[in-house]
Amino acid sequence: MKLDSVAKAEVELQPSFAHRVSTLLYSKPKLRLRLLLSAPVTWLGLVYIAALLALLVTAFFTVDSFTGEIKAGFSLQNFQDLFTNALYSTVTLRTIGIALAVTLFDIMLALPIAFFMAKVASNRVRGILVISILMPLWASYLVKAYAWRSVLSNEGIFAWLLRPIGLDTPGYSLLGATITLSYLWLPYVILPIYASLERVPNNLLEASSDLGAKTFTTIRKVVFPLALPGIVAGSIFSFSLTLGDYITINIVGGANQMLGNLVYSNVGVANNLPLAAAIALVPVLIMFGYLSAVRKTGALDNL
Amino acid sequence: MRKSATFKLLTLGSVAVLALSGCTASGNGGGMLDKLGDPEKTVSLLGWPGYAEDGSTDPAYDWVTPFEKDTGCDVTFKPYGTSDEAISLFKTGEYDAIAASGDATLRLIAAGDVQPLNTSLLENYGGVYDFLKGRDFNTVDGKTYGVPHGYGANLLMYNTEVVKPAPTSWSVVFDGSSEYKGKVTAYDSPIYIADAALYLMTHSPELGITNPYALDETQLAAAVDLLKAQRVNVGEYWSDYLKAIQSFDTGDTVVGTTWQVIKNYLAADTPAAVVLPEEGATGWSDSWMVSSKAKSPNCAYMWLDYIISPKANAAATEYFGEAPATPDACQYASEGFCETYNAGDTEFESKIWYWTTPIEKCLDGRTDVKCTDYAKWTTAWQEVKG
Repeated sequence: MKLDSVAKAEVELQPSFAHRVSTLLYSKPKLRLRLLLSAPVTWLGLVYIAALLALLVTAFFTVDSFTGEIKAGFSLQNFQDLFTNALYSTVTLRTIGIALAVTLFDIMLALPIAFFMAKVASNRVRGILVISILMPLWASYLVKAYAWRSVLSNEGIFAWLLRPIGLDTPGYSLLGATITLSYLWLPYVILPIYASLERVPNNLLEASSDLGAKTFTTIRKVVFPLALPGIVAGSIFSFSLTLGDYITINIVGGANQMLGNLVYSNVGVANNLPLAAAIALVPVLIMFGYLSAVRKTGALDNL
Repeated sequence: MRKSATFKLLTLGSVAVLALSGCTASGNGGGMLDKLGDPEKTVSLLGWPGYAEDGSTDPAYDWVTPFEKDTGCDVTFKPYGTSDEAISLFKTGEYDAIAASGDATLRLIAAGDVQPLNTSLLENYGGVYDFLKGRDFNTVDGKTYGVPHGYGANLLMYNTEVVKPAPTSWSVVFDGSSEYKGKVTAYDSPIYIADAALYLMTHSPELGITNPYALDETQLAAAVDLLKAQRVNVGEYWSDYLKAIQSFDTGDTVVGTTWQVIKNYLAADTPAAVVLPEEGATGWSDSWMVSSKAKSPNCAYMWLDYIISPKANAAATEYFGEAPATPDACQYASEGFCETYNAGDTEFESKIWYWTTPIEKCLDGRTDVKCTDYAKWTTAWQEVKG
């Protein structure tokens, strides 16, 4: 009995492996930090950066039109096509146009809703509103797009509502696609604006009105500047999501194409991955420009 | 103890030999099945919609279940919308067999994605129409790569209440399409350029087009101009046949190119009719082919043999609305079916311009010019859509 417990005590005096590791990590905080970050940084590096670089590199390759094999090598042919063929500039402009329209439309819808939620509604109503805004996010994107296909159709709700007053459904067109995309991305615009408005103290609004500002002046001079970071954050979502879309335009956009469709058809139909990669760089560049412009306004610091 | 070790060695040895023989068979590329083995329990098929119905669309149409019961091969079927989609899907190696049209078969054969067939293992192959055998889209260097499934034409569908008088010419979707502005549809694939070329064969004889798949630069430009003029009046292009059905049902589309199967799926109260216009039509002759990477080659062969058996071939081709691959199918099909689709009528058959892949060497035999290949057609098609 006694010998046993002595042996045990000796064993316990020997530091275990785990114990030694933990002592080492305790004494070297930098190593600790590096180990902790290595997993997410590897993920970011491989999945995000490396994929983007692979895209950039592929854009310089070419395809042998006879065998369909990709030829690795340096060629500017894809970029020459991209800049000289009117097709690509038309589609790029159309895509930017739709993305801007969707973003503006969403901000116009989201501002009053977010303001109502943040400043007017009671706690109970606010809860209900948050849930009902988040609710559509639980349904599949495709289901919602096909639902809009029947809403916009010749026999849909729009036609039924608008024909008695002499108007008609926009049908499967650019306008139809813009409306559908605005619907799809609305929650992503409302939530950041709501979050930024919620942080505005109520007494600022009261102070503004005490100093004699009318409602519109208060909105323009107090509410809008404070909501701006949220608006910018929301616009990044709606703008970038629209830039990359190719499914909605296919379902409700009639015969129109966006940049995403050109990428898709070059991968699927034309089997020209390098050209698809070159086209895919266009929205990346646009988004890069948009984000750096936004960064200059300082709005990103407030996200 | 010792016995079991020897046994293990023997098993290992035979597995190695099997694996090696498997390697050589697929390695030399010409690997052809010598004899049928036991079925593998599952088989994965890729085909045009409606080519393998198991009763889930309509309980009255089911020719997959009898096959599953007879052979023990469970069928999974994936439908595709365009030949290009079929090729990218098939290249994943997930599928044992594919029903491909003439604009895809040659590309699959050239890429080594399909294996040559040992037709002596297919009991029903002898019954197939001779004019469908040994064609340039299913046979290369004397090797048969595909068994015919059926053939037919791309038809013109119109809404009988809106489109009056009933059209007899493709001009209703080309020169006369402005009358139905925004309600015209067309097939969303570069191969649709051939439909425009076919129209020009009759209406612009000065262009000298003799084969809609053999277009030189000028002829392609003329076809593209025609399609660009049509584009203004097109409501939407379709490649997803479900989308085509829905827009015809709601009246968003009233006239355009179609397949018989789309007409079959329309709601009962949709006033629509199909016609084979006077200019003739583009069409397809489809072949079932076995993947060179097939996981279930035995089940795939059994399916190929089954689908050209008279009863199953009648069921499948009548459902899709195309002529069967074998004359014996007519006795199982409904009354008048084979007459409607001119099954076996070689003169009618010669008027269909089967889909085929356009290549630089002109398919119509011209040697003084270079023709436009499929890559050029693809670029042209993107420009048409704009």
